[in-house]
Amino acid sequence: MYLGRVVGCVWATVKNANLTGQRLLLIQPLTPELLSTGKRLICLDAMGAGAGELIYYVRGKEASFPFLPAEPAADATVVGIVDSIHLKAPAATRTPTHRKGKR
Amino acid sequence: MLIARVVGELVATQKHASHEGRKLLLVQPLNLDGSNRGDAVVALDAVDAGVGDRVLLVTEGFSAMTAVGRPQSPIDMAVIGFIDQIDLMPGVD
Repeated sequence: MYLGRVVGCVWATVKNANLTGQRLLLIQPLTPELLSTGKRLICLDAMGAGAGELIYYVRGKEASFPFLPAEPAADATVVGIVDSIHLKAPAATRTPTHRKGKR
Repeated sequence: MLIARVVGELVATQKHASHEGRKLLLVQPLNLDGSNRGDAVVALDAVDAGVGDRVLLVTEGFSAMTAVGRPQSPIDMAVIGFIDQIDLMPGVD
């Protein structure tokens, strides 16, 4: 899963029939420090997320599973709304243990 | 599978039912030299890992769902093990 923020909605009146009734959200992927990273993408919405909300989304075949038994043609779906993030250690590189001493 | 480090935890009240009862971890995939490999991702915890642990991360749906024990659910990443040690052939970076 990936961290992101809802930055908009996409409307499509003509689309695949199994996407009928689905909301399409525009998502900006984020780093744990909440900085933008990578390009924006469109996700289906399984949780009812709204503009500006911090969410996490799933990619791949799994993106259609929240809607079972329907299988919409989706490759990304919002599956959770994030309340808070606890970063207890810096995401920065550390010296890996296998390089210390020994050899 | 990737080598990764747990850098944080994530709290979500509203989430897919299949994610309930499991920790959501922020994990940073690593290269063999310990440098960051791309951006951090969100993974479900299948082994009770904590912040700072070096772990084994699966990034594919079927294996992640199987590890967490929730088939047919929207899970594409899971932490499935702790890494104790990595032995490299001399000359491999």
